[in-house]
Amino acid sequence: MAEKVLMKGNEAIAEAAIRAGCMHYFGYPITPQTEIAAYMAKRMPKIGGVFLQAESEIAAINMVYGVAGTGLRVMTSSSSPGVSLKGEGISYLAGSDLPALIVNVQRGGPGLGGIQPSQSDYFQATRGGGHGDYHLIVMAPASVQEMADMTAKCFDLSDKYRVPAMILADGTLGQMMEPVVLPEPTDYKPNKPWAVTGTECKRKHNIINSLYLKPEQLEQTNFERYERYKAIEENEPLWEEFMMEDAEVCVAAFGIAARVSKNAIMAARAEGIKVGMIRPITLWPFPKKPFKAAADKCKAFISVELSMGQMIEDVQLATECKRPVTLCNRTGGMIPSPEEVLEAIKKAAGGNK
Amino acid sequence: MAVVFQKPKSLTDAPLHYCPGCTHGIIHRLVAEAIDELQIEGKTIGVAPVGCAVMAYDYFACDMVEAAHGRAPAVATGLKRALPENIIFTYQGDGDLASIGMAETVHAATRNENITVIFVNNAIYGMTGGQMAPTSLPGQVTQTSPYGRDTATVGFPIRVSEMLATLDGPEFIQRVAVNNVKNVNAAKKAIKKAFQNQIEGKGFSLIEVVSSCPTNWGMTPKKALEWVEEKMIPYYPLGVYKDRSANKEEK
Ligand SMILES: Cc1ncc(C[n+]2csc(CCOP(=O)(O)OP(=O)(O)O)c2C)c(N)n1
Ligand code: SF4
Repeated sequence: MAEKVLMKGNEAIAEAAIRAGCMHYFGYPITPQTEIAAYMAKRMPKIGGVFLQAESEIAAINMVYGVAGTGLRVMTSSSSPGVSLKGEGISYLAGSDLPALIVNVQRGGPGLGGIQPSQSDYFQATRGGGHGDYHLIVMAPASVQEMADMTAKCFDLSDKYRVPAMILADGTLGQMMEPVVLPEPTDYKPNKPWAVTGTECKRKHNIINSLYLKPEQLEQTNFERYERYKAIEENEPLWEEFMMEDAEVCVAAFGIAARVSKNAIMAARAEGIKVGMIRPITLWPFPKKPFKAAADKCKAFISVELSMGQMIEDVQLATECKRPVTLCNRTGGMIPSPEEVLEAIKKAAGGNK
Repeated sequence: MAVVFQKPKSLTDAPLHYCPGCTHGIIHRLVAEAIDELQIEGKTIGVAPVGCAVMAYDYFACDMVEAAHGRAPAVATGLKRALPENIIFTYQGDGDLASIGMAETVHAATRNENITVIFVNNAIYGMTGGQMAPTSLPGQVTQTSPYGRDTATVGFPIRVSEMLATLDGPEFIQRVAVNNVKNVNAAKKAIKKAFQNQIEGKGFSLIEVVSSCPTNWGMTPKKALEWVEEKMIPYYPLGVYKDRSANKEEK
């Protein structure tokens, strides 16, 4: 049995990435994700890996693009304003079907915003973020353990489907220290016949590219990619259900908002309110199934978010607007308190249980 | 003009899409010949720009990557860091390298990233139909400087080779041209050296090739080559701007 170690969320991501065989990291400093870069800067030179502080997030994501083209595992991390800059490169990764991991330890926005935790990049992450028809696989950890586990999972899924993956965390999780069992190190050897590694004059040249000047071709390429997205939507949604068996009110929350909500749900249960929670673990694909099922038995939904209300739209879509969905939120780096969530639960439950 | 004998192995059979008289074709050929002569085709990976040479990935027979506009040096950095034994080159226009991608260019140079950069300076944005480039000459008429480049409002052209040569980082910077046989031969030698440097692990080598764009300059191919001689080269003098291993800087 692997032993538990006490680690910050950001460091757990970095170590888990190395253990997943990611030997290349590129980034540009920004709070609150700097521990990832610092960890990589320390570790990579000792294990024959590459840590490079790029001149900008734009350069960093394009370095990622270069490594991803060779088939090796590669990652970058940043926080909200930096992820906006990476948007171009992320779109190119998606358009060239390159696997890679992008970590966004979110802070409040828009603009320079603040440095406190936030979930206001939900739209950017789940709707693509850059230009064009594409999706990322997006996972939302709620603990340091999940930050480690999801890192490994993101690399696997990204390779499997040739779709870039994103971990959408926030400043609280990134800085939080918790005991974690790190994944076992893997001896990752790429097997990617499409990769650019030099032809050795033995095969036709490989091309990493997202340009299709003929619209028919571009359409076909997008169709093909969306077939893969369909498979992801069928096979990969992940979620946690908490006290949902008899729930009449359903809280929807991910990441740090889910942790706060759990406390509020316990308090509400103590008062006899039948409330539970569905916590999306993958934000894309969004776990539609449990929400659709819950819409048949719960009378109300509450989306608890650290934003002005973004995931709420997915909850409404997944429940087909059959039940009212209210928003319980704080923004700009503020976190809803368990009391605020409890208030929202009571209101949704109808005041009298 | 380049003498046509045999197609280099490092070029595919795909017909080039460049306009008649465009010197992109010659430069492709010189790069391919250098790769052939150094026998590195099997381990070379090229990075195509966004610009007229965007389809270079179809023309070079080695593995190729198409980069976002201006990002080729960052993509090449990723490739080289992942595969240090391979030979990585970028092929970029002036808009790509000296405008939108200036940061990537300067930082790859200052890191002395062990890559080869072929920089095609044709003083205009070719692909998008002839807009002003960072290297358009003072007074040069383009689609977006219809009254001629007015240095008082849009500033002066950037001399990339001179500028990069002020950095401690890069190994080798040379400006060449391909407007006559003599210059083509010198360009060939420079390009080959830029690859040889990489093979020897010396670091960042950039060859600025003063090129022509008859279509968007609104000239016949012949007139365009004359313009290169009369206008471009005086503003962009040919020569070696940095050669660290030779341990001297000359012009
Ligand atoms: C981000 C972005 N901005 C703008 C463009 C449009 N664009 C395509 S090519 C080009 C200019 C290319 O000029 P240059 O690099 O000088 O190469 P040339 O075509 O002259 O060979 C521009 C602006 C783009 N593709 N992407
Ligand atoms: S537009 Fe200019 S640079 Fe582009 S192919 Fe034609 S002549 Fe060459």
